[in-house]
Formats: sequence, structure tokens, C-alpha cells
Amino acid sequence: MSEIPVAEQPRAREGAALLSVDDVSIQFGGLKALDRVSFDVREGEILGLIGPNGAGKTTCFNVMTGVYQPTSGEVRFAGQPLGRRKRFAITRLGIARTFQNIRLFGNMTALENVLVGADAHHRTNVVDALFRSPRHRREEREGEQTARDVMRFLGLERKADELARNLSYGDQRRLEIARAMATKPKLLCLDEPAAGFNPAEKAQLMDLIRRIRDRGLTVLLIEHDMSLVMGVSDRVAVLEFGRKIAEGSPAEVRNDPAVIAAYLGTEVDDLDDEEANL
Amino acid sequence: MTQGKASPDTEPSAARSAWGPRLGWDRGALARRITALPVPAKWTLIGAFVVFLYALPLLEIPILSTPDTDFGAVLFTVASYVLVALGLNVVLGYAGLLDLGYVGFYAIGAYTVAVFGSLQAQLSWWLLIPMAVVFTTISGVLLGAPTLRVRGDYLAIVTLGFGEIIRLTALNTDWLGAAKGITGVPRPPSVELFEIPHLQWEGATAVIDLDDTTTFLVFGVADQAPYYWLALTVIFIVLGADRMLRLSRVGRAWEATREDEDAAELMGVPTFRFKLLAFASGAFIGGLSGALFASRQGFINPESFQLLLSILFVAAVVVGGAGNRWGVIMGAIVVAYLPERFRGFEEWRLLVFGMALLILANFRPQGLIPPRRTRRAQAVDEQLEALEEGTDRV
Repeated sequence: MSEIPVAEQPRAREGAALLSVDDVSIQFGGLKALDRVSFDVREGEILGLIGPNGAGKTTCFNVMTGVYQPTSGEVRFAGQPLGRRKRFAITRLGIARTFQNIRLFGNMTALENVLVGADAHHRTNVVDALFRSPRHRREEREGEQTARDVMRFLGLERKADELARNLSYGDQRRLEIARAMATKPKLLCLDEPAAGFNPAEKAQLMDLIRRIRDRGLTVLLIEHDMSLVMGVSDRVAVLEFGRKIAEGSPAEVRNDPAVIAAYLGTEVDDLDDEEANL
Repeated sequence: MTQGKASPDTEPSAARSAWGPRLGWDRGALARRITALPVPAKWTLIGAFVVFLYALPLLEIPILSTPDTDFGAVLFTVASYVLVALGLNVVLGYAGLLDLGYVGFYAIGAYTVAVFGSLQAQLSWWLLIPMAVVFTTISGVLLGAPTLRVRGDYLAIVTLGFGEIIRLTALNTDWLGAAKGITGVPRPPSVELFEIPHLQWEGATAVIDLDDTTTFLVFGVADQAPYYWLALTVIFIVLGADRMLRLSRVGRAWEATREDEDAAELMGVPTFRFKLLAFASGAFIGGLSGALFASRQGFINPESFQLLLSILFVAAVVVGGAGNRWGVIMGAIVVAYLPERFRGFEEWRLLVFGMALLILANFRPQGLIPPRRTRRAQAVDEQLEALEEGTDRV
């Protein structure tokens, strides 16, 4: 029985790398936050990026989204090097992210938050807005449609007019994903989306991440919660002290001695217990 | 608190949590009632209000009118403050950039009209106004391009310097009239069409006073009402533009930048470009107001553009409720009108004015008409407080 779902879910259209992190190092003063890290995110897959605290996971995100420039090495997206592109330009290329600490536009409504994301590809300028040009009207219509669609997908359609800061914690996390998805990314980077979630919410989140992938997005996931990463990822890459120490399927990574050592064996053991509970 | 006392106490507090927001902070009951009116009634009401605003200098309403100065002149001053506040609201209220040198743009607008209309050339007023606006917008971009890369406190300091630099440059440049200033600034061209009589009040009854008339539309020295009409018209145009921008990608980008600049950038907002745009739009409106000021005044010198004015402008925006266009209009009216109304108090007037601001700051720290976001957030905070009080008691 268990073979059928596996067959129906072909694990990624193997091959084509959507994002390549190629030999990237980044140095802050004397600290090497990333040390010659290389990995690919393949189109259509869910890649989990794990590692102990301070391993360089978020730094990795920041390099990919243009917040930091790598000291050496390069990041390529769909074959193009990111180079010195501005952060907003990288978003327009098709990389969107959420934040480890929620960073919504608190005093704007949920819908407005998502509209800002949808505006990433819009070109309406002052003149268009002042005279309500056809471009303004087309983009407003298109943006609202995108926003409502994404919010419905995340179950936020009833919260559209609430201020973002007044939403519940879980809704805020979902709204961050909605805002990122409204930029129509090819690659969605989730930075610890399950932080502070209870087991039921985590199970929902796993389901959500799979549904996001089924919409044709590639997902890169940073997460502390082992059961979640192992349960949802197609492949997992492990960082420790800025170096990649393992990469492979969840099963391979779980039995990798280096990974077990990095986690002192404890969390991997915990993981088996947690999986038994699920 | 004893157990027995607690239970009757909880009831009023629960009632307050239900009613408090609705009475106090639910988005303007008046505004909603007007919106609920049938369309023709609504437009009649708005139309009547607009007519009332235009007629204000003619009505000579006893309490409103300033007994010690020409009411038309006061109304113009108020209108030019309102214009400035609307401009600064774009910069400070929407985009969240603290500009303490806004008077610099006001001065550039005024000086453009004065220098090219009187001192160095005698261009037509119709050419001077667009020139003033173009010059201030360019100066906004020139100031913004290097300085908008710094944030928060640093931006405030740099803009503060800018305002002073403009004033000191005018003070020390002969070509700009130096300390003695510039006289003979061109007035808006007049067309003499017809005379409109003012009202005269005897107690509660108003009589049309045929001896006291305003000629439509003569921009002279004695009667200031036409300048007020001009400024009011400009305000309506700016209000329309403000609304259009606010409800568009541009307004959203400004707000997102104010809320969290890095997050906005990562969501695809070119924040620097939009901050520059906010600065330029603010400069545009400030320059327009300055240009109107100069052509009303007929005379300007560097004394007219003191740092105090920048602070008053910021006060107008903050007192009114940064981010809400109706709020900042109220703030500008308070800041510009009160000192004139109390001119009779002589040296006391600034004290009275200061006290009025203090009282406002104490009782309405969020501004007279705070933006929707502040009101809603406050409603939620109050509800939470009520809830916490409730749980404390249990």
C-alpha cells in the first residue's frame, strides 16, 4: 500500500538546479559564517536546510536574497549569477522569503501586506496613480486577485481587513508566507516557519508546505524541528559551523555519522520518538 | 479587593470593553454616517461644506473671526500651513521620514518667485509658480539622493542642517537679496469681475453689509480673501492627488517602507526610490506653499524662514495625527489659527499656544484625528487591557 503514494508523488523533476549555491564563503571580521558551502536546490523539490544554532542557515538565506554579498563564490538562480543585484531585484527574479522573527508591516491590514508582495512586479508610477491610468487599474485588479487568491490558499481570507499586528501568532506566520507567495516566486524560502507552533499546527504546516510545492513552487526550508524537516523534505542539507557536513535524502542524512555527531546524537534519537508519536 | 466586591465590579468593566471602542475609537462615527447617506445627499452636504469654506472670509462669524487681525489674512496663513502639513504628511506620515528642515523647501519656493519675479528678472506669475515647484522638487531630489541612505536620527539631523543652510545662504548672498530681503514680489494676476458683500453681525442676526465688499478676483494688499480662495483651491487639488497616491502601489510602498524598510525591500519594493519620491512630492507641495506665501506677502527676507517654522510644521503634523490627511489639516489649523486668534493676549499668546499644545499632547498623544491604523490598534489594546483587568480580578 505504501508504495502507491510514493509512486504518485514523483520526488522532484530531478535534475535542473533552480538555485545553485556555489562554493560560497562569507566572513564577518574574523568569523567565517559560511565556509565554501555548495548545494543545489532542484526545481520542484522541498530542500530542508538544518544545523545547530549558529551554523549559518540564516546567513545562507541572507546571501541568497541579496542581504549579504558573499566574500567568495557565487549564487546562481535559474542559471544567472545573482551578482550585485539589489534585494528587490532578486525578489523580482523569483526568490521570496519569510523571516525567522516575524517582520510584517504591522500597521497595515493583512490584505495590504499581501498587496505589497503582489506589487513586486507592478510598474505603476506616480503619474499612473494620479490619473488612474489603465496600467494602474489593471495592476490594482490583478494585484487584488493575486492577493485574495493567495490568502484563500492559506486560509486567511476572513482576516483580510485585520491589521497585521492584531492577528494571532499562527496567522501572522501564515500571512508572511502569503506575502512572500504574492511576489510569485519560483523559489520560496521559509526561515523557521514552525517556530512556536504546537504539534497540531506543525502537522498543518507540513501539509501546507507540500501543497505549496504542488502549486509548482520550489521550497527551501530552514527549520529546527527535526520531525518536520525529515517528514516534509525531499532532500536535506546539513550545516555546522558554516560548513556543509552532509546532504541527501532524509534517511541518508539521519544515519550520517557526522550529522549524529553534530547533534550529539540526542536530537536524532528524539526524532525517532517524535516520529513514533505522529 | 475582597471577593464580594469583585463580582459587581466586573460587570461595568465588561460593558466598557464592549462599548469603549465603539464610542471612542471606532472609525469616525460621523464619517461613517456621511458615507451611509444616499449619494445625492452626500454630495449636497459636501458641496455645502465646500461653499462654506470658500465663503468663510465673507461670513465674519463672530467667534471664529480674529478681532485683532484681518480674518482673510489669517485664513490664508492657515491655508498655507494646511498645504505645508499635507506635504510634510507625505514625508513624515506616509513614508516615516523625519524631516526637520521642511522650511527649506518652503523657502526655495518663496525665493524662486521673489528672485525671478522681482530681483533678477520680471517673469510672469504664471511662469513663476511652475518654476518654483520644479526648483523645489529638484532640490528635494538633490537633498534626498545622498541623505536618504541614512536612517532615523541621522536623517533628522541632516535635514535640520539643510533648512538652516538654505536660510543662511539667502542671508549671505547679495544675489538673493541678503538680509534686507526682496520687495515687489509679483502678485497673482487680477481680473476684476464683480463685488461680493460681507456679512455684518449684530448679536445673533446677520446683515449684508454693502459697504464692506470683496472684489472678485483682485489680489491686492488690503483684502486678503482672494489669496485664501487661491490657496484653498490648491489644497483641494493637493488633497485629490494625495488620495490618488495613497490608494495605489505608491502609497502602499511608502507605508511598507515606514513599517519595516528591510522587509519591504525584500518583498520587491525599491525602497530608496520610493523614499526619494516621497521627499520630492513633499518638496513639491512645500515649494508650492512657499511660492503662494511669497506672492501674497509681496516681500520676503530670510527672517521669514526660521527653524521655528520647521518645528511648527512638524508639530502640525504630529498634533493632528501623522498619516491621516484630515488629521494633519486639523493640526495645521490648530498651529496656525490659535496664535492668531489669541493675538489679543499680547505676550501671553505664545504661552497660551504652548499650553494648548501641551494639553493636546497629554490627552490626544496619537493626534487629533489619528490614522485608521492607530485607532484600530488602540481599540485592540483597550480590549486587551479590559481582558487583563478582568483576569486579574478573578
